[in-house]
Amino acid sequence: MTEHDAIAVRLSGVRLDRGERTILSGLDLAVPRGSITAVLGPSGSGKSTLLSALTGELVPAAGTVEVFGRPVPRRQRELLELRKSIGVLLQGNGLLTDLTVAENVALPLRMHTRLPRAVVDRLVEMKLHAVGLRAAADLFPRELSGGMARRVALARAIALDPPLMLYDEPLTGLDPIASGVIMNLISELNDNLGLTSIIVTHHVHETLPVADRAIVIANGGIVFSGTPAELEASDDPLVRQFLRGEPDGPIAFDRAPRTEAA
Amino acid sequence: MPVAATIRSLGRAGLFSLSVLRASRPTADFLAELVREIYKIGARSLPIIAVGGAFVGLSLTLLGYRALETYGASNQVSILVGLGLYRELAPVLTALLFVGRAGSSIAAELGLMRATDQITALGLMAIDPVAKAVAPRFWAAVITLPLLVAFFASFAIAASWFQGVQVLGIDNGMFWQAMKDAVDFHDDFATSFVKAAVFGGTAALVASYVGYHAEPTIEGTSVATTRAVVNASLLVLMFNFVLSAFLFR
Repeated sequence: MTEHDAIAVRLSGVRLDRGERTILSGLDLAVPRGSITAVLGPSGSGKSTLLSALTGELVPAAGTVEVFGRPVPRRQRELLELRKSIGVLLQGNGLLTDLTVAENVALPLRMHTRLPRAVVDRLVEMKLHAVGLRAAADLFPRELSGGMARRVALARAIALDPPLMLYDEPLTGLDPIASGVIMNLISELNDNLGLTSIIVTHHVHETLPVADRAIVIANGGIVFSGTPAELEASDDPLVRQFLRGEPDGPIAFDRAPRTEAA
Repeated sequence: MPVAATIRSLGRAGLFSLSVLRASRPTADFLAELVREIYKIGARSLPIIAVGGAFVGLSLTLLGYRALETYGASNQVSILVGLGLYRELAPVLTALLFVGRAGSSIAAELGLMRATDQITALGLMAIDPVAKAVAPRFWAAVITLPLLVAFFASFAIAASWFQGVQVLGIDNGMFWQAMKDAVDFHDDFATSFVKAAVFGGTAALVASYVGYHAEPTIEGTSVATTRAVVNASLLVLMFNFVLSAFLFR
Protein backbone atom coordinates (compact mmCIF):
# COMPACT_ATOMS: atom_id res chain seq x y z
CA MET A 1 0.00 0.00 0.00
CA THR A 2 1.42 3.39 -0.98
CA GLU A 3 1.44 6.35 1.38
CA HIS A 4 -1.31 7.84 -0.79
CA ASP A 5 -3.52 4.74 -0.36
CA ALA A 6 -2.89 4.65 3.38
CA ILE A 7 -4.68 7.95 3.88
CA ALA A 8 -8.49 7.92 3.98
CA VAL A 9 -9.08 11.66 4.41
CA ARG A 10 -6.69 14.50 3.65
CA LEU A 11 -7.20 18.22 4.16
CA SER A 12 -4.65 20.60 2.66
CA GLY A 13 -4.70 24.31 3.46
CA VAL A 14 -8.47 24.27 3.96
CA ARG A 15 -10.42 27.37 4.93
CA LEU A 16 -14.10 27.02 5.80
CA ASP A 17 -16.47 30.00 5.78
CA ARG A 18 -20.11 30.33 6.78
CA GLY A 19 -21.39 33.33 4.88
CA GLU A 20 -18.92 36.16 5.40
CA ARG A 21 -17.44 34.61 8.54
CA THR A 22 -14.35 32.36 8.51
CA ILE A 23 -14.93 29.45 10.90
CA LEU A 24 -11.74 27.45 10.38
CA SER A 25 -8.58 28.20 8.44
CA GLY A 26 -5.20 26.69 7.67
CA LEU A 27 -6.45 23.12 8.17
CA ASP A 28 -3.90 20.43 7.26
CA LEU A 29 -4.88 16.94 8.29
CA ALA A 30 -4.29 13.33 7.20
CA VAL A 31 -6.50 10.56 8.62
CA PRO A 32 -4.94 7.08 8.14
CA ARG A 33 -7.13 4.24 6.88
CA GLY A 34 -8.45 1.96 9.59
CA SER A 35 -7.91 4.49 12.36
CA ILE A 36 -10.31 6.11 14.80
CA THR A 37 -9.67 9.84 14.93
CA ALA A 38 -11.25 11.98 17.61
CA VAL A 39 -11.85 15.58 16.58
CA LEU A 40 -12.20 17.42 19.88
CA GLY A 41 -13.00 20.98 20.72
CA PRO A 42 -15.33 23.20 22.68
CA SER A 43 -18.87 23.92 21.46
CA GLY A 44 -18.91 26.38 18.59
CA SER A 45 -15.29 25.73 17.65
CA GLY A 46 -16.22 24.50 14.14
CA LYS A 47 -16.11 20.71 14.57
CA SER A 48 -19.43 20.13 12.79
CA THR A 49 -18.37 22.62 10.09
CA LEU A 50 -15.33 20.41 9.46
CA LEU A 51 -17.65 17.41 9.12
CA SER A 52 -19.79 19.32 6.61
CA ALA A 53 -16.70 19.81 4.45
CA LEU A 54 -15.99 16.06 4.47
CA THR A 55 -19.53 15.23 3.29
CA GLY A 56 -19.51 17.94 0.63
CA GLU A 57 -22.29 19.94 2.29
CA LEU A 58 -19.90 22.87 2.68
CA VAL A 59 -17.48 23.77 -0.10
CA PRO A 60 -14.11 25.01 1.24
CA ALA A 61 -13.35 28.66 0.56
CA ALA A 62 -9.72 27.61 0.02
CA GLY A 63 -7.67 24.40 -0.09
CA THR A 64 -8.69 20.84 -0.95
CA VAL A 65 -10.51 18.05 0.86
CA GLU A 66 -9.77 14.53 -0.40
CA VAL A 67 -11.60 11.36 0.56
CA PHE A 68 -9.87 8.12 -0.46
CA GLY A 69 -7.52 10.04 -2.74
CA ARG A 70 -10.25 11.90 -4.65
CA PRO A 71 -11.23 15.52 -4.09
CA VAL A 72 -14.77 15.87 -2.70
CA PRO A 73 -16.77 16.62 -5.87
CA ARG A 74 -19.01 19.66 -6.24
CA ARG A 75 -21.33 18.24 -8.90
CA GLN A 76 -24.45 16.81 -7.28
CA ARG A 77 -24.41 13.46 -9.07
CA GLU A 78 -20.76 12.71 -8.21
CA LEU A 79 -21.29 13.95 -4.67
CA LEU A 80 -24.19 11.51 -4.16
CA GLU A 81 -21.92 8.69 -5.40
CA LEU A 82 -19.25 9.66 -2.87
CA ARG A 83 -21.81 9.79 -0.07
CA LYS A 84 -22.68 6.14 -0.64
CA SER A 85 -19.21 5.36 0.66
CA ILE A 86 -19.55 7.56 3.76
CA GLY A 87 -21.74 6.64 6.73
CA VAL A 88 -22.79 9.56 8.90
CA LEU A 89 -24.25 9.35 12.38
CA LEU A 90 -25.95 12.68 13.03
CA GLN A 91 -26.34 14.29 16.43
CA GLY A 92 -30.14 14.28 15.95
CA ASN A 93 -30.11 10.71 14.51
CA GLY A 94 -32.29 11.76 11.54
CA LEU A 95 -34.44 8.60 11.70
CA LEU A 96 -37.53 8.85 9.49
CA THR A 97 -40.38 8.94 11.97
CA ASP A 98 -42.99 7.37 9.68
CA LEU A 99 -40.86 4.26 9.10
CA THR A 100 -40.17 1.43 11.53
CA VAL A 101 -36.67 0.66 12.76
CA ALA A 102 -36.26 -2.09 10.15
CA GLU A 103 -37.60 0.14 7.36
CA ASN A 104 -35.17 2.89 8.38
CA VAL A 105 -32.19 0.53 8.21
CA ALA A 106 -33.46 -0.96 4.94
CA LEU A 107 -33.88 2.48 3.30
CA PRO A 108 -30.33 2.93 1.91
CA LEU A 109 -30.27 -0.72 0.81
CA ARG A 110 -33.58 -0.36 -1.04
CA MET A 111 -32.59 2.93 -2.65
CA HIS A 112 -29.05 2.04 -3.73
CA THR A 113 -29.07 -1.70 -4.42
CA ARG A 114 -31.21 -4.09 -6.42
CA LEU A 115 -31.05 -6.83 -3.84
CA PRO A 116 -34.11 -9.07 -3.49
CA ARG A 117 -36.45 -8.30 -0.59
CA ALA A 118 -35.39 -11.41 1.34
CA VAL A 119 -31.70 -10.45 1.15
CA VAL A 120 -32.46 -6.88 2.28
CA ASP A 121 -34.46 -8.25 5.22
CA ARG A 122 -31.58 -10.54 6.17
CA LEU A 123 -29.05 -7.69 5.92
CA VAL A 124 -31.27 -5.45 8.07
CA GLU A 125 -31.46 -8.22 10.65
CA MET A 126 -27.65 -8.50 10.64
CA LYS A 127 -27.14 -4.75 11.00
CA LEU A 128 -29.62 -4.56 13.87
CA HIS A 129 -27.95 -7.56 15.48
CA ALA A 130 -24.61 -5.76 15.21
CA VAL A 131 -25.97 -2.92 17.35
CA GLY A 132 -27.90 -5.27 19.66
CA LEU A 133 -31.38 -4.23 18.58
CA ARG A 134 -32.76 -7.12 16.54
CA ALA A 135 -35.83 -7.28 18.79
CA ALA A 136 -36.69 -3.62 18.07
CA ALA A 137 -37.14 -4.10 14.31
CA ASP A 138 -40.87 -3.39 14.28
CA LEU A 139 -40.81 -0.41 16.64
CA PHE A 140 -41.18 3.18 15.47
CA PRO A 141 -38.49 5.77 16.36
CA ARG A 142 -40.87 7.48 18.82
CA GLU A 143 -40.96 4.24 20.84
CA LEU A 144 -37.17 4.15 21.34
CA SER A 145 -35.00 5.61 24.09
CA GLY A 146 -32.24 8.07 23.15
CA GLY A 147 -29.56 5.39 23.26
CA MET A 148 -31.61 2.92 21.22
CA ALA A 149 -32.41 5.56 18.58
CA ARG A 150 -28.68 6.36 18.32
CA ARG A 151 -27.90 2.67 17.80
CA VAL A 152 -30.59 2.36 15.11
CA ALA A 153 -29.12 5.39 13.36
CA LEU A 154 -25.73 3.67 13.61
CA ALA A 155 -27.15 0.48 12.08
CA ARG A 156 -28.58 2.56 9.22
CA ALA A 157 -25.28 4.40 8.74
CA ILE A 158 -23.40 1.10 8.26
CA ALA A 159 -26.13 -0.47 6.10
CA LEU A 160 -24.15 -0.05 2.87
CA ASP A 161 -20.86 -1.07 4.55
CA PRO A 162 -19.23 2.33 3.97
CA PRO A 163 -15.44 2.36 4.38
CA LEU A 164 -15.58 5.75 6.14
CA MET A 165 -17.76 6.56 9.16
CA LEU A 166 -18.32 10.08 10.47
CA TYR A 167 -19.85 10.56 13.91
CA ASP A 168 -21.23 13.98 14.84
CA GLU A 169 -21.44 14.27 18.63
CA PRO A 170 -22.47 10.62 19.07
CA LEU A 171 -22.78 10.91 22.86
CA THR A 172 -24.86 14.07 23.17
CA GLY A 173 -27.97 13.49 25.28
CA LEU A 174 -26.97 9.98 26.37
CA ASP A 175 -26.49 8.70 29.91
CA PRO A 176 -23.09 7.24 30.91
CA ILE A 177 -24.19 3.63 30.27
CA ALA A 178 -25.60 4.39 26.81
CA SER A 179 -22.45 6.44 26.07
CA GLY A 180 -20.27 3.46 26.98
CA VAL A 181 -22.35 1.17 24.75
CA ILE A 182 -22.08 3.55 21.79
CA MET A 183 -18.30 4.02 22.17
CA ASN A 184 -17.80 0.23 22.38
CA LEU A 185 -19.92 -0.23 19.26
CA ILE A 186 -17.94 2.40 17.37
CA SER A 187 -14.68 0.69 18.34
CA GLU A 188 -15.92 -2.83 17.54
CA LEU A 189 -17.45 -1.85 14.20
CA ASN A 190 -14.25 -0.05 13.24
CA ASP A 191 -12.14 -3.11 13.98
CA ASN A 192 -14.51 -5.80 12.72
CA LEU A 193 -15.54 -4.08 9.48
CA GLY A 194 -12.17 -2.45 8.77
CA LEU A 195 -13.60 1.07 8.75
CA THR A 196 -11.99 4.45 9.14
CA SER A 197 -13.82 6.51 11.77
CA ILE A 198 -13.82 10.21 12.56
CA ILE A 199 -15.59 11.14 15.79
CA VAL A 200 -16.46 14.79 16.26
CA THR A 201 -17.18 15.37 19.93
CA HIS A 202 -16.57 17.41 23.03
CA HIS A 203 -16.83 14.29 25.24
CA VAL A 204 -13.06 13.95 25.73
CA HIS A 205 -12.86 11.34 28.45
CA GLU A 206 -15.30 8.88 26.86
CA THR A 207 -13.75 9.20 23.39
CA LEU A 208 -9.99 9.13 23.98
CA PRO A 209 -9.88 5.49 25.21
CA VAL A 210 -11.08 4.18 21.82
CA ALA A 211 -9.28 6.73 19.62
CA ASP A 212 -5.98 6.11 17.80
CA ARG A 213 -5.45 9.78 17.11
CA ALA A 214 -6.77 13.02 18.55
CA ILE A 215 -7.12 16.48 17.05
CA VAL A 216 -8.12 19.53 19.02
CA ILE A 217 -9.86 22.41 17.25
CA ALA A 218 -10.05 25.81 18.90
CA ASN A 219 -9.68 29.47 18.03
CA GLY A 220 -10.34 28.87 14.31
CA GLY A 221 -7.81 26.11 13.62
CA ILE A 222 -6.17 22.85 14.68
CA VAL A 223 -4.23 23.46 17.89
CA PHE A 224 -3.17 19.87 18.57
CA SER A 225 -2.67 16.71 16.52
CA GLY A 226 -1.25 13.50 17.92
CA THR A 227 -2.03 10.37 19.89
CA PRO A 228 -4.38 10.38 22.88
CA ALA A 229 -1.37 9.74 25.16
CA GLU A 230 0.42 12.77 23.71
CA LEU A 231 -2.71 14.82 24.18
CA GLU A 232 -3.01 13.90 27.82
CA ALA A 233 0.69 14.58 28.35
CA SER A 234 0.57 17.92 26.56
CA ASP A 235 1.51 20.98 28.57
CA ASP A 236 0.12 23.38 26.00
CA PRO A 237 -2.00 25.81 28.09
CA LEU A 238 -4.77 25.77 25.51
CA VAL A 239 -4.97 21.95 25.48
CA ARG A 240 -4.77 21.82 29.26
CA GLN A 241 -7.61 24.32 29.59
CA PHE A 242 -9.82 22.25 27.28
CA LEU A 243 -9.02 18.90 28.92
CA ARG A 244 -9.57 20.26 32.43
CA GLY A 245 -12.63 22.29 31.48
CA GLU A 246 -11.30 25.55 32.90
CA PRO A 247 -13.32 28.71 32.11
CA ASP A 248 -10.22 30.96 31.97
CA GLY A 249 -7.40 30.46 29.53
CA PRO A 250 -6.38 30.89 25.90
CA ILE A 251 -9.76 29.56 24.64
CA ALA A 252 -12.24 32.40 24.93
CA PHE A 253 -15.43 31.14 26.59
CA ASP A 254 -17.43 34.06 25.24
CA ARG A 255 -16.56 34.45 21.56
CA ALA A 256 -18.70 37.57 21.14
CA PRO A 257 -16.57 40.64 20.47
CA ARG A 258 -16.13 42.81 23.55
CA THR A 259 -15.62 46.53 23.63
CA GLU A 260 -13.31 47.61 26.37
CA ALA A 261 -13.76 50.84 28.26
CA ALA A 262 -11.28 53.47 27.24
CA MET B 1 -40.13 43.33 1.13
CA PRO B 2 -37.63 44.82 -1.33
CA VAL B 3 -38.20 44.00 -4.99
CA ALA B 4 -34.90 42.13 -5.37
CA ALA B 5 -35.70 39.85 -2.43
CA THR B 6 -39.17 39.12 -3.81
CA ILE B 7 -37.76 38.23 -7.24
CA ARG B 8 -35.10 36.07 -5.60
CA SER B 9 -37.64 34.15 -3.57
CA LEU B 10 -39.92 33.70 -6.61
CA GLY B 11 -36.90 32.36 -8.50
CA ARG B 12 -36.11 29.95 -5.69
CA ALA B 13 -39.72 28.75 -5.59
CA GLY B 14 -39.62 28.24 -9.38
CA LEU B 15 -36.40 26.23 -9.19
CA PHE B 16 -37.84 24.19 -6.32
CA SER B 17 -40.93 23.42 -8.43
CA LEU B 18 -38.70 22.29 -11.30
CA SER B 19 -36.70 20.09 -8.96
CA VAL B 20 -39.94 18.44 -7.79
CA LEU B 21 -40.92 17.65 -11.39
CA ARG B 22 -37.40 16.41 -12.18
CA ALA B 23 -37.42 14.17 -9.09
CA SER B 24 -40.76 12.56 -10.05
CA ARG B 25 -39.87 9.11 -11.33
CA PRO B 26 -42.35 6.24 -11.11
CA THR B 27 -40.17 3.89 -9.05
CA ALA B 28 -41.66 1.29 -6.71
CA ASP B 29 -40.66 3.41 -3.72
CA PHE B 30 -42.27 6.50 -5.24
CA LEU B 31 -45.53 4.67 -5.98
CA ALA B 32 -45.67 3.25 -2.45
CA GLU B 33 -45.17 6.75 -1.00
CA LEU B 34 -47.76 8.12 -3.43
CA VAL B 35 -50.42 5.66 -2.28
CA ARG B 36 -49.64 6.43 1.35
CA GLU B 37 -49.90 10.18 0.74
CA ILE B 38 -53.15 9.84 -1.22
CA TYR B 39 -54.58 8.04 1.80
CA LYS B 40 -53.17 10.60 4.25
CA ILE B 41 -54.12 13.80 2.48
CA GLY B 42 -57.03 12.51 0.41
CA ALA B 43 -58.99 9.84 2.24
CA ARG B 44 -58.57 11.53 5.59
CA SER B 45 -59.90 14.82 4.16
CA LEU B 46 -63.18 13.19 3.09
CA PRO B 47 -65.21 13.96 6.25
CA ILE B 48 -64.56 17.72 6.15
CA ILE B 49 -65.14 17.79 2.39
CA ALA B 50 -68.48 15.97 2.80
CA VAL B 51 -69.67 18.22 5.62
CA GLY B 52 -68.42 21.38 3.88
CA GLY B 53 -70.07 20.38 0.59
CA ALA B 54 -73.40 19.59 2.23
CA PHE B 55 -73.64 22.94 3.99
CA VAL B 56 -72.61 24.88 0.88
CA GLY B 57 -75.35 23.03 -1.06
CA LEU B 58 -77.93 23.89 1.61
CA SER B 59 -76.97 27.57 1.76
CA LEU B 60 -76.77 27.99 -1.99
CA THR B 61 -80.19 26.44 -2.50
CA LEU B 62 -81.79 28.60 0.17
CA LEU B 63 -80.17 31.75 -1.20
CA GLY B 64 -81.06 30.93 -4.84
CA TYR B 65 -84.61 29.88 -4.00
CA ARG B 66 -85.36 33.15 -2.22
CA ALA B 67 -83.80 35.29 -4.95
CA LEU B 68 -85.50 33.43 -7.80
CA GLU B 69 -88.86 33.28 -6.01
CA THR B 70 -89.23 37.03 -6.63
CA TYR B 71 -89.33 36.33 -10.37
CA GLY B 72 -91.37 33.17 -10.12
CA ALA B 73 -88.40 31.07 -11.20
CA SER B 74 -87.67 29.25 -7.96
CA ASN B 75 -87.86 25.85 -9.68
CA GLN B 76 -84.76 26.85 -11.68
CA VAL B 77 -82.60 26.91 -8.55
CA SER B 78 -80.73 23.74 -9.56
CA ILE B 79 -79.22 25.64 -12.53
CA LEU B 80 -77.67 28.12 -10.12
CA VAL B 81 -76.49 25.31 -7.85
CA GLY B 82 -75.07 23.18 -10.67
CA LEU B 83 -73.25 25.95 -12.52
CA GLY B 84 -72.14 27.72 -9.35
CA LEU B 85 -70.72 24.55 -7.88
CA TYR B 86 -68.91 23.10 -10.88
CA ARG B 87 -67.59 26.38 -12.24
CA GLU B 88 -66.47 28.12 -9.06
CA LEU B 89 -67.52 26.95 -5.64
CA ALA B 90 -66.60 23.26 -5.64
CA PRO B 91 -62.99 23.66 -6.91
CA VAL B 92 -62.28 26.81 -4.86
CA LEU B 93 -63.90 25.78 -1.57
CA THR B 94 -62.51 22.23 -1.78
CA ALA B 95 -59.06 23.68 -2.45
CA LEU B 96 -59.37 26.05 0.53
CA LEU B 97 -60.51 23.23 2.81
CA PHE B 98 -57.68 21.09 1.40
CA VAL B 99 -55.14 23.84 2.10
CA GLY B 100 -56.31 24.09 5.70
CA ARG B 101 -56.36 20.35 6.25
CA ALA B 102 -53.63 18.87 4.05
CA GLY B 103 -51.50 21.90 3.09
CA SER B 104 -50.82 22.73 6.73
CA SER B 105 -49.96 19.11 7.44
CA ILE B 106 -47.53 18.94 4.48
CA ALA B 107 -45.75 22.11 5.67
CA ALA B 108 -45.64 20.93 9.28
CA GLU B 109 -44.36 17.46 8.36
CA LEU B 110 -41.58 18.79 6.13
CA GLY B 111 -40.73 21.50 8.69
CA LEU B 112 -40.38 18.87 11.39
CA MET B 113 -38.35 16.65 9.07
CA ARG B 114 -35.98 19.60 8.62
CA ALA B 115 -35.90 20.35 12.38
CA THR B 116 -35.19 16.72 13.30
CA ASP B 117 -32.37 16.23 10.76
CA GLN B 118 -34.41 13.82 8.63
CA ILE B 119 -33.92 15.86 5.45
CA THR B 120 -30.18 16.23 6.17
CA ALA B 121 -29.94 12.49 6.85
CA LEU B 122 -31.59 11.65 3.51
CA GLY B 123 -29.10 13.85 1.65
CA LEU B 124 -26.18 12.28 3.50
CA MET B 125 -27.46 8.80 2.56
CA ALA B 126 -27.29 9.94 -1.09
CA ILE B 127 -31.10 9.91 -1.28
CA ASP B 128 -32.66 12.98 -2.91
CA PRO B 129 -34.91 14.45 -0.17
CA VAL B 130 -37.11 16.13 -2.79
CA ALA B 131 -37.73 12.80 -4.57
CA LYS B 132 -38.38 10.99 -1.30
CA ALA B 133 -40.38 13.53 0.69
CA VAL B 134 -41.79 16.18 -1.67
CA ALA B 135 -42.59 14.63 -5.07
CA PRO B 136 -45.05 12.00 -3.73
CA ARG B 137 -46.92 14.68 -1.74
CA PHE B 138 -47.14 16.93 -4.83
CA TRP B 139 -48.55 14.22 -7.09
CA ALA B 140 -50.86 12.96 -4.37
CA ALA B 141 -52.38 16.46 -4.17
CA VAL B 142 -52.69 16.73 -7.97
CA ILE B 143 -54.52 13.38 -8.12
CA THR B 144 -56.54 13.79 -4.94
CA LEU B 145 -58.03 17.25 -5.28
CA PRO B 146 -60.13 16.50 -8.41
CA LEU B 147 -61.54 13.46 -6.60
CA LEU B 148 -62.31 15.55 -3.55
CA VAL B 149 -64.03 18.14 -5.78
CA ALA B 150 -66.22 15.36 -7.14
CA PHE B 151 -67.14 14.38 -3.56
CA PHE B 152 -67.72 18.00 -2.56
CA ALA B 153 -70.01 18.65 -5.54
CA SER B 154 -71.89 15.36 -5.04
CA PHE B 155 -72.58 16.10 -1.38
CA ALA B 156 -73.53 19.70 -2.20
CA ILE B 157 -75.98 18.61 -4.93
CA ALA B 158 -77.46 15.90 -2.71
CA ALA B 159 -77.98 18.49 0.06
CA SER B 160 -79.41 20.93 -2.48
CA TRP B 161 -81.89 18.28 -3.70
CA PHE B 162 -82.94 17.61 -0.10
CA GLN B 163 -83.41 21.30 0.62
CA GLY B 164 -85.06 22.18 -2.70
CA VAL B 165 -87.24 19.13 -3.33
CA GLN B 166 -87.96 17.73 0.14
CA VAL B 167 -88.07 20.95 2.16
CA LEU B 168 -88.99 23.76 -0.24
CA GLY B 169 -91.22 21.65 -2.52
CA ILE B 170 -89.57 22.08 -5.95
CA ASP B 171 -90.63 19.40 -8.42
CA ASN B 172 -88.16 16.49 -8.45
CA GLY B 173 -88.14 16.06 -12.22
CA MET B 174 -87.77 19.80 -12.79
CA PHE B 175 -84.84 19.96 -10.34
CA TRP B 176 -82.81 17.32 -12.19
CA GLN B 177 -83.86 18.28 -15.73
CA ALA B 178 -82.93 21.96 -15.25
CA MET B 179 -79.53 21.04 -13.87
CA LYS B 180 -78.90 18.50 -16.64
CA ASP B 181 -79.79 21.03 -19.33
CA ALA B 182 -77.63 23.80 -17.87
CA VAL B 183 -74.46 21.97 -16.87
CA ASP B 184 -72.28 21.01 -19.82
CA PHE B 185 -70.12 17.93 -19.37
CA HIS B 186 -67.04 19.36 -21.07
CA ASP B 187 -67.29 23.09 -20.33
CA ASP B 188 -68.43 22.87 -16.72
CA PHE B 189 -67.99 19.39 -15.28
CA ALA B 190 -64.60 18.42 -16.79
CA THR B 191 -63.23 21.95 -16.41
CA SER B 192 -63.79 21.89 -12.66
CA PHE B 193 -61.41 18.93 -12.45
CA VAL B 194 -58.75 20.77 -14.44
CA LYS B 195 -59.06 23.66 -11.99
CA ALA B 196 -58.89 21.25 -9.07
CA ALA B 197 -55.71 19.60 -10.33
CA VAL B 198 -54.06 23.03 -10.74
CA PHE B 199 -55.15 24.08 -7.25
CA GLY B 200 -53.94 20.79 -5.77
CA GLY B 201 -50.51 21.17 -7.36
CA THR B 202 -50.29 24.82 -6.30
CA ALA B 203 -51.28 24.09 -2.70
CA ALA B 204 -48.83 21.19 -2.42
CA LEU B 205 -45.93 23.13 -3.98
CA VAL B 206 -46.46 26.16 -1.73
CA ALA B 207 -46.80 24.02 1.40
CA SER B 208 -43.80 21.88 0.46
CA TYR B 209 -41.63 24.89 -0.38
CA VAL B 210 -42.22 26.72 2.89
CA GLY B 211 -42.04 23.51 4.95
CA TYR B 212 -38.87 22.26 3.23
CA HIS B 213 -37.12 25.60 3.76
CA ALA B 214 -38.43 26.22 7.29
CA GLU B 215 -36.03 27.31 10.03
CA PRO B 216 -35.07 24.07 11.83
CA THR B 217 -36.87 25.03 15.05
CA ILE B 218 -40.34 24.56 16.52
CA GLU B 219 -41.08 28.23 15.84
CA GLY B 220 -39.82 27.85 12.27
CA THR B 221 -42.24 24.97 11.71
CA SER B 222 -45.10 27.00 13.13
CA VAL B 223 -44.28 29.99 10.89
CA ALA B 224 -44.05 27.69 7.87
CA THR B 225 -47.46 26.18 8.57
CA THR B 226 -49.09 29.60 8.79
CA ARG B 227 -47.33 30.81 5.65
CA ALA B 228 -48.37 27.69 3.78
CA VAL B 229 -52.06 28.20 4.55
CA VAL B 230 -52.07 31.96 3.87
CA ASN B 231 -49.98 31.88 0.69
CA ALA B 232 -51.63 28.80 -0.80
CA SER B 233 -55.15 30.14 -0.09
CA LEU B 234 -54.37 33.47 -1.78
CA LEU B 235 -52.77 31.74 -4.76
CA VAL B 236 -55.79 29.45 -5.15
CA LEU B 237 -58.10 32.49 -5.25
CA MET B 238 -55.85 34.31 -7.74
CA PHE B 239 -55.46 31.28 -10.00
CA ASN B 240 -59.21 30.71 -9.85
CA PHE B 241 -59.82 34.14 -11.34
CA VAL B 242 -57.21 33.60 -14.07
CA LEU B 243 -58.51 30.13 -14.96
CA SER B 244 -62.16 31.25 -14.92
CA ALA B 245 -61.30 34.17 -17.22
CA PHE B 246 -59.73 31.78 -19.74
CA LEU B 247 -61.92 28.70 -19.37
CA PHE B 248 -65.42 30.21 -19.17
CA ARG B 249 -66.02 32.72 -22.00
